[in-house]
Parts: sequence; structure tokens; C-alpha cells
Amino acid sequence: MEFKFDKEENKEQIVAFMEFLDSKKNTPGPLMPSLQRAQDVFGFLPKEMLETISKELSIPMAEIYGVATFYSQFSFVPTGKNKVSVCLGTACYVKGAQSILEEIESQLGIESGETTVDEVFSIAAARCVGDCSIAPVILVNEDVYAKVKKEDITEILAKYN
Amino acid sequence: MITKEKLFEIKEKTKPSLVEKLLEGDRVEFRGDDLVLKGEYYKKQVRIALKNCDIIDPTDIDEYIAFDGYFALLKALTEQEPGDVVAEITESLLRGRGGAGFPTGRKWNEAYKFDADKKYIICNADEGDPGAFMDRSILEKDPHSVLEGMAIGGYAIGSDQGYIYVRAEYPMAVKRLEIAIKQAKEYGLLGNNIFGTGFNFDIELRLGSGAFVCGEGTALMESIEGRRGMPRPKLYRTAHKGLWGKPTIINNVETLANVPAIMNKGAKWFRSIGTEESPGTKVFALVGKVENAGLVEVPMGMTLREIVFDIGGGAQDGKEYKAVQTGGPSGGCIPADLIDTPVDFESLGKIWSIMGSGGMVVMDENTCMVDIAKFFLDFSVDESCGKCVPCREGTKRMHEILDRITKGEGVEGDIERLENLSKTVSSTSLCGLGQTAPNPVITTIKYYRHEYEAHIKDKSCPAKSCKALIKYEITDDCIGCTRCAKVCPVVAITGKVKEKHLIDQAICIKCGACYDVCPVDAISII
Repeated sequence: MEFKFDKEENKEQIVAFMEFLDSKKNTPGPLMPSLQRAQDVFGFLPKEMLETISKELSIPMAEIYGVATFYSQFSFVPTGKNKVSVCLGTACYVKGAQSILEEIESQLGIESGETTVDEVFSIAAARCVGDCSIAPVILVNEDVYAKVKKEDITEILAKYN
Repeated sequence: MITKEKLFEIKEKTKPSLVEKLLEGDRVEFRGDDLVLKGEYYKKQVRIALKNCDIIDPTDIDEYIAFDGYFALLKALTEQEPGDVVAEITESLLRGRGGAGFPTGRKWNEAYKFDADKKYIICNADEGDPGAFMDRSILEKDPHSVLEGMAIGGYAIGSDQGYIYVRAEYPMAVKRLEIAIKQAKEYGLLGNNIFGTGFNFDIELRLGSGAFVCGEGTALMESIEGRRGMPRPKLYRTAHKGLWGKPTIINNVETLANVPAIMNKGAKWFRSIGTEESPGTKVFALVGKVENAGLVEVPMGMTLREIVFDIGGGAQDGKEYKAVQTGGPSGGCIPADLIDTPVDFESLGKIWSIMGSGGMVVMDENTCMVDIAKFFLDFSVDESCGKCVPCREGTKRMHEILDRITKGEGVEGDIERLENLSKTVSSTSLCGLGQTAPNPVITTIKYYRHEYEAHIKDKSCPAKSCKALIKYEITDDCIGCTRCAKVCPVVAITGKVKEKHLIDQAICIKCGACYDVCPVDAISII
């Protein structure tokens, strides 16, 4: 899938982001916070913005690309409006998180790491989210669902449709 | 600027009404002079790092001060020389709670002795072990204890800048830390000229971006500097040449949360708790198939049995307890017959596991040990940074072997191949991730070799968990209610109403839906 970054539509965010870059210019180690901000504001890392970071912080694109591909939280394509994260930490795993992930995958018709065609949902297999005492856990955006059972999935997803 | 008098004033103003309010809530009680959480679950616990958790409001600095918060910093800055602070921590024998157990005092002393124009102290809050949330709780529920510990550490080694490296997966912890740092700055407990002593100390938050390896000290520093989080070869001690080439101390969240208590109550008091070589307490995240899951903080040296059974209430749903896994992907599985092992750095090392950061995952009879080893290897394969060959390639090959064993395609010699690879990977990897990645395999082979053999030779999974090796069958108990036939996603079940049903093994995908739905337990796994 091709995604186009609309500069016009994101005008305000770009101005704010430029200000942020400006404030980081003279601090040590500005690349990670800048990438994190871009991911946060735009929902992914648009090439145009990476080029801006490169120019403003005087860091070669190759290096930025190297860093951005290393960390799993950065993405070069937009994620769906609702991000479903299934925790696959040890506690969730021993309590059947794998079958919950499979259930969500089959209901949405996509695999972990993918986005539905209508861009409403994307699924991510998450690293331990630290809610082990209420395992198994899934997150939809920032909402935490505790002690999830396979039967609960339809109802949970319906809330976000 | 905050003064000694002002700090006392806040404490005296806040404490009485706070204590009254807490006692009214009926969740806390006095144990000696300390307020502790009420209930059976907390009786055997001794809380130092967690002492304020679930008691104070973490967004209100006054409540932290009410229970002697920042008094340790005051004492250090106004009554002690940096060398005294280092000596006190050394004397306390506090050991790193991140897992390795390196003596904190010795670490600090290295940086203290080393002369440089700039030094850094980093709090490692990149808690990535699956099944562990000790640090997260401290950061969310008592963030000031970490800030205070860092400021004391900064004073001791002569640093004016601290960084907290937090996982991005912990948004609430980040929020609480931001609030806490802001409040501490407003009060002048961080910033310039703290308590009018001329000591300056500032803390900046840095976020991880989802790379487990960044919990490794040198990888963490690479990440802060803005590069791929790949570990550095250890040519220098971090305490001499760390972040931006300057002397740097990296301490874990729980370690730092212990520091104010030690400064307040003294090294002797600290050493009176726990064992001789591992004094103090340790926080564990007791999770998995255990009745009472949650955070426990107990004196070092308590046995696994006391933790899992007396506090945790044993395995869930009356199942048989099988093993407990400590140390996450770097640790090992401890079998039921070693449950009387005391939990401290040395004892766990002797039985091939590690203390780790404190994850303690309980497993029952339905957990397949080969599958668990595969689960951890899968994690290590994913999180290996790729810099050194043994870790990048070795873990992948090990995972492939484990994968085929769980699928019933294991071949003669696979166990030996795994043992061989384990040796190579652990002895030749660059950093801790690779060096410890084979541990889950080594321990499961050591204690559960028969399960591996059953998978390979008999093509069966004793825990009845590996899909490829099990079969669902309907027994004579079937009452013909048809529920299983309705729920089957691939229409593999046939049968007439009120007659025994049958599963067509050629169609069955082993999803277990029929097993879950049967009202009379007439479906068995073989």
C-alpha cells in the first residue's frame, strides 16, 4: 500500500514540530526525542519529516534510517485508527494470549503487524506491558482489557468500529 | 530555595491529617512506626522499595515528604561528604536489583574516584523482561523515591546531571515522573543550589522506543546518544567512560528506591534484613498460574515455597504446581523439587537460574517446558540487536530446533545440538542478552529432559499443550447436546442429538473450542 503524506493537511503540526526541533538543536543526543515526537504527532515517520530532521539536526539520512529501523515503535506507514495490542509477555502467554491473538487476527482478517484495508484497526503483538497480575491483557489504543477470554473479543472490537 | 526548616514544616503540616485519612480508609495499619498495607497478602512482606506504594498519592510531593521523603537527601547534603555517602552505601552491601547483583557502593566508588569535568547518573527504567512490572509500579506509585535516590547518587559521585531511561510502553510511569520532576524542581529539590549547599542536580527523561536490548547498560547509552541501541565492547568501565565518554553510573529503579531508606536508617539496619551476602529485600512480580498474583517484596533468603505458596497461595484452580521461572529470558525454570531454595543471588545461581530483575512466573501441569523454552528463544531472536554473530545466528538456529521439536518433527540428536549451541552462544556473545539467552533452554533440558525426549521420540507432549502432538477425542460421557458441533469452526464434529459425537481428526484444527464448551467434560486431550 502507498501512503501519501499531506503537507497541507498537517501544516500546524509541522510548524509545532519545527519549533520542537529548534529547541532540541543544542541539546546532546537530539535524534531519539525528535523521532519519538514525529511518530507521536504524525502517527508514523513520513519521509518528508525525516528529511527535515536530517537537515535541521545535521544528521545524515542513512544514519536516521538506521536508527528508525532499529526500534520497533517507529513505523514508516500509518497505523490504523485503533491499535489493538495483544500482550505476549510470559504471564499472558502461559494464560493463553497466543490463542487470543489468533482470534483477533481471524476476526479482523489481518495478521499481527498489519492494518485493515479501511485503516480502522491494526494489530500488534506487544512486549510485556507490565499488567501481569491481570493476565491475559489486550490494549486497544490506551484502554486496558484485563483477563480477556476468546469470547470477549467480538464485544471489545465492536466498541471501536 | 527549600530549607531544612521548610522541609520539616511540610512534613509536620501534612503527616497527621494524612495518617488519619489513611487509617480511616482501613487499608493500612501500623507495624512499629511504619504504616503498612493491611491484609494476609502483606503479612510476610517487608517493604522498603515499595514502602509508599498504594499508600501515598504519587502526584503529591507533600505526601512523599510526610513519610520522611527527601530527608535522606537533606542529611547527605548537609551532614555528609560525598565520600561518606559512598562509604555508607558500600557498607550496606546494597546490590544491583536489575539482576546482576553488582555491589552498588563499588560502582559508585569507581565513578567517585575518577576525576572528570562532567559525570552522569542514569536510572535504568527500561524494564523489558516479560512478566515483570516491579519498576513500573515504583515509578508510577512512588516516583520521588527514585528521584531522591538519583540525587543522592549524583552528590556521591559528583554528577550534576541525571537521566531516566524509561520504556515507551509505560505511558503512565512517564506521566508520573514528569509530574514528580516538575514538583521537585518547584520546591528546589532538583535544580541549582539544593538546600543552599551549592549542589546542583537536574534530571531529564529519555524514552525508549521498543528495544529490549537497551536495558543493557552500554546499549542504553548508545540509545540516549541517538544511535541504534547496540552494546559496546567493554573496553572501558562505564564508571570511567560512559555516556558521551564521561564517567557514568547506571542504576536500576529498585536499587535507587532503596538508597533513601539506607541513608535514613543506616547501613547496619539494612544489613539486618535478608542474608549476609544479599542484604535487604527484593521485589518480585509473582504472576502466571498462581492464585494471588501481584507484587511482593520479601527479605532476601526467603524460600520459593514461602513466596509461591504462603504468599501466592499456590497454583491456580487446584492444578498441580510444576515450576517457577525467574529472571525472564535470561533466567531459568526451577522445578517443583527445588522449591525450598532460598531466593538470593547466590542460591539461584547455584541451580542454574538467576535472580534477574524480579519476574517470577508460576507454571502448572499444563505448561509445556519445551514450548516455554521456545517462547523465550523467540523473544531473544526478536530482540537480538544483530551486532554479534553468536547471538544473531545462534539464537535463531536454537529457535528453529525448538520449533521443530514442538511440531513433532524433532530428530535424534536435537537435544545435544541444543546443548552445544547453548555453550557457544553463552560463551561467545558480546553482551548479557546473548550470554544468557540459552539459559531457559539449558535449565529446561537439565530438569525436564524427559519432556524433550517425549516430544522427539514418542511424538507426544506430556503437558498436552503442543498442538501438533495432541488429539481431541470425545468420550462415552458425551450426552449429545451438540454444543461442540455448533462451536467447531471447521465442522469437524458430527453426531445426532442425544447420541455420542465424533471428531474427524483429518479436519480438526485443534483449536480447543469444543473442549472449552463441553458441559460434561466429555472431551479429552490425548
